[in-house]
Amino acid sequence: MASSTRGCRMAAPDMAARRTTVASGLASKLARLLRDPFTVAGLTIYAVLIIVAVFADLLMTHDPGEILFRANGRVAANQPPSAAYLLGTTNLGRDVYSQLIGGSRIALVVGFTAAICVAAFGTLIGLLAGYFGGKLDAILMRLADLALAIPFLPFAIVLAGFSRSSTTNVIVAVVLLLWPNTARVIRAQVLTVKERAYVEAARVTGASDARILFVHVAPNILPLTFLYGSVAIGWAILTEAAVSFVGFGDAKNISWGYMLQDAFVSQALSRGSWHWFVPPGLCIILVVIAGFFIARGAEDVLFPKLRS
Amino acid sequence: MTAAQTSAHPLVAASGLTKRFAAPRSLSDMFSGHQPHVHAVDGIDLRIARGESVGLLGESGCGKTTTGRLLLKLTEPSAGSIAFDGVAIDTLKGNALTAFRKRAQLVFQNPFDALNPRFTIERVLAEPLVNTGVERASHSDKVEKALAQVRLPPLSRFEGLFPHQLSGGQLQRIVLARALVLEPDFIVADEPVSMLDVSVRAGVLNVMREVRATLGLAALYISHDLALVRYVCSTTLVMYLGKIVEQGPTADLLKTPLHPYTRALVNAVPVPRVDQSHEPLPIIGNVSDARGQPRGCRFRERCPMAVARCAEEEPPLRDCGQGRRVACHLA
Amino acid sequence: MSNQPVLDVRDLSVEYRTARGVVRAVDGISFSVPKGAILGLVGESGCGKTTVARSITGVLHQSARIAGGELLLHGRDLVSGPPKAWLDARWREISFVPQSAMNSLDPVYRIGNQIEEVLIHRGGKTRAAARARASTLFEMVGLNPGRLDEYPHQFSGGMRQRVAIALALALNPSLVIADEPVTALDVIVQRQILDVIRDLQRRLSLSMILVTHDISVVAYLCDQVVVMYAGRVVESGGTRDVLERPRHPYTMGLTNAFPDLESAAHDLVPIDGSPPDLSQSLAGCRFQPRCPFALPVCSSDDPQTKTAGSGTRFACHRHADSDMLRRQSRDIATWQRPQ
Repeated sequence: MASSTRGCRMAAPDMAARRTTVASGLASKLARLLRDPFTVAGLTIYAVLIIVAVFADLLMTHDPGEILFRANGRVAANQPPSAAYLLGTTNLGRDVYSQLIGGSRIALVVGFTAAICVAAFGTLIGLLAGYFGGKLDAILMRLADLALAIPFLPFAIVLAGFSRSSTTNVIVAVVLLLWPNTARVIRAQVLTVKERAYVEAARVTGASDARILFVHVAPNILPLTFLYGSVAIGWAILTEAAVSFVGFGDAKNISWGYMLQDAFVSQALSRGSWHWFVPPGLCIILVVIAGFFIARGAEDVLFPKLRS
Repeated sequence: MTAAQTSAHPLVAASGLTKRFAAPRSLSDMFSGHQPHVHAVDGIDLRIARGESVGLLGESGCGKTTTGRLLLKLTEPSAGSIAFDGVAIDTLKGNALTAFRKRAQLVFQNPFDALNPRFTIERVLAEPLVNTGVERASHSDKVEKALAQVRLPPLSRFEGLFPHQLSGGQLQRIVLARALVLEPDFIVADEPVSMLDVSVRAGVLNVMREVRATLGLAALYISHDLALVRYVCSTTLVMYLGKIVEQGPTADLLKTPLHPYTRALVNAVPVPRVDQSHEPLPIIGNVSDARGQPRGCRFRERCPMAVARCAEEEPPLRDCGQGRRVACHLA
Repeated sequence: MSNQPVLDVRDLSVEYRTARGVVRAVDGISFSVPKGAILGLVGESGCGKTTVARSITGVLHQSARIAGGELLLHGRDLVSGPPKAWLDARWREISFVPQSAMNSLDPVYRIGNQIEEVLIHRGGKTRAAARARASTLFEMVGLNPGRLDEYPHQFSGGMRQRVAIALALALNPSLVIADEPVTALDVIVQRQILDVIRDLQRRLSLSMILVTHDISVVAYLCDQVVVMYAGRVVESGGTRDVLERPRHPYTMGLTNAFPDLESAAHDLVPIDGSPPDLSQSLAGCRFQPRCPFALPVCSSDDPQTKTAGSGTRFACHRHADSDMLRRQSRDIATWQRPQ
């Protein structure tokens, strides 16, 4: 048993010596990640999303909120896709394509802000609960149970409805509800890392709790934080879409979810205006799937033993 | 601390040292509200003089590792006290704790797990100095010195290398160097070579012996391996189920063991020679449970010589001359 | 009783496919197990001893394959024979005692049932006969048959190891292979298990291969010893001859490096360096980089295997000097080299 682990450890001299530690570990993991076609697909979707959101102003052909008129002075409502309106128009004469491009910005802001907050908050709580244990652990984990027990969508709607409907509130709702998943997994990982001899070595050589936690424990669970963060992006975008779809979104920001709601309320489905509701739906699906693809690939790299 | 004080007392002195762990409760325990305990360490006394090397011998589960962790304040005792250089360590905090950490170090059993995999060797060795606030200018000198003490090449040879790129023997020397870099007075070595291959083991043992002698370190070697204890320790304590059952100068203790448990241990070790005794061991059955010990001697159920008195009263660790002590009614 | 060995390993090679290419973990090794003897297969981690044991049992890891050689069981080759014959030989002809018995026992079945399953399915016994045999086996390894109906977690490590031995003996195999059977155990339990093995081997005149890193265990139990280093056999012969008059520098180093309770006054002599990386192509003697007696020829040519007068076989270019080298090898200075 002992001899086999020893064998494995020693049989890895091919890794080139590198100076920075965390970065090099991540770099080698990233290299392996990039060999997985699913991960590459997921990362590509995210990359496209970011590029589109950043250059949205250049890509949009119209103002998403502007009511467009035809040459004859009538509202350009319910236009099919054409050179002037790439994805047609809505029943109020707004350009679908420009709304879709503008929606990527909201998706990006909501998705990434929420994901970063979820990952940061969840990781911190998980670290503290796992490392210190005892009463602190008990309190934090009961809070996590409580948050997990709250049904997701109703809570988001209530929160968005009680305060003003704003994108910020959607983000807050996502963070409040998603941190426990991350915190629990991080905590479990901290519990194992904490038992490693090198953590005890840090203690016996005089390291403070903060130093042990952030220098010796945290870097070894950082990959998990990334994993959960990437899943949270999809969840946050999905939640924003759902909240907007049921009509509690921020009316000033035309998101993909808002577009779906607009299309639904205007009976675009029954009129067969696929050019209106398919693109935002597809975008939501793609971005959420991208999160899971990346998570899937990351899981392979982080926990290779799960798959033979 | 004045010189007069330091010579007056041993470097490490523990008395009545006890560590209880809560054992899993049975269903009836839950109804009665009873919490059973395992006595990992049960009221042991221990003194280690400056520069002395003491072996702590015992089988797995006898409490030897817990004893080592208690002495280094890595876990708190349930009862009893530990004085390091005359100062009680149980209330140490802040700077006083850091000062203690600098003087008492640990060498780990498994070198493959004892070094942070994300740290370079250079960072591993400097880490104790960073932790204890040693001024940065002196770091490289101290690290080089520690490497030389464990007979490893200078730091430039480990430039940019990570622990997994070194062999087990090299890693264990790095672990030892990390302990030495703080220039401690006392080290606890917990099974320091049990994970290493034989051909490498000897090298590490020689380095440990040499370092201890040249630096005048006091050391506690925790091991199940009698040959190791024989090789590096002047005094040996034998532990059985949380108690010290015998102690004395290593050579005498292993040559003429007084306690029946020590005798069984000594006889049990095969030697690398074809001509050796194949007599059955003077011991019965397996280690009994440390939980809920009844009265009397803990070893009596396995002892081939046990008499009625052994079940009645627990034998105290008594003096029997020439620095030897034994806890047995019959010895 | 014929003189034919129970098992004859001829020029066996085993390769692993790894991320770094093909690793030849066992490289053309030969030895034979005489009837009624215990053969110790000794070496350090990564020398290939466990791979040899697993090859013989036919339970190699999926990434490994036998790249050449023969395994003659009672004169019949298992490697070139039909796979079914090898499968049939398992348990019945060749049985295995693993290092950790906990992993080989199913925690959710009673121990008695697990032994009976083997007897019924592999040995074609009736349930009643199997039960009786299980009781006998328990007695043979020093366990109380009254505990047959207990579960593995109710047994201590030493008792589980006894169960593993009982299982290995269930179908009266002609060869028992034990892979580090006492490594995970405490000193006293270790000795008790060794005594069980020794006692059973004498009574049943078993033929055994005992894989171990511990030459004390070899000295205690084995009639013959095969010393492996980096996938090759460096020395093999009668235990007394090999341990008392080692002829290969690695064996000399190994015997000097071993702490001995009875003669611990002298210094232990370490062997500097570590075994070679088997994924690289290696020229010459594999011990040469660590060998204090190496000559230029050692790094270029493979040493031939020589047979000493006592029957001990060893592979060293300096075979003629072995008596002199043995004397020098006891001096710690011989093995020390500048950093």
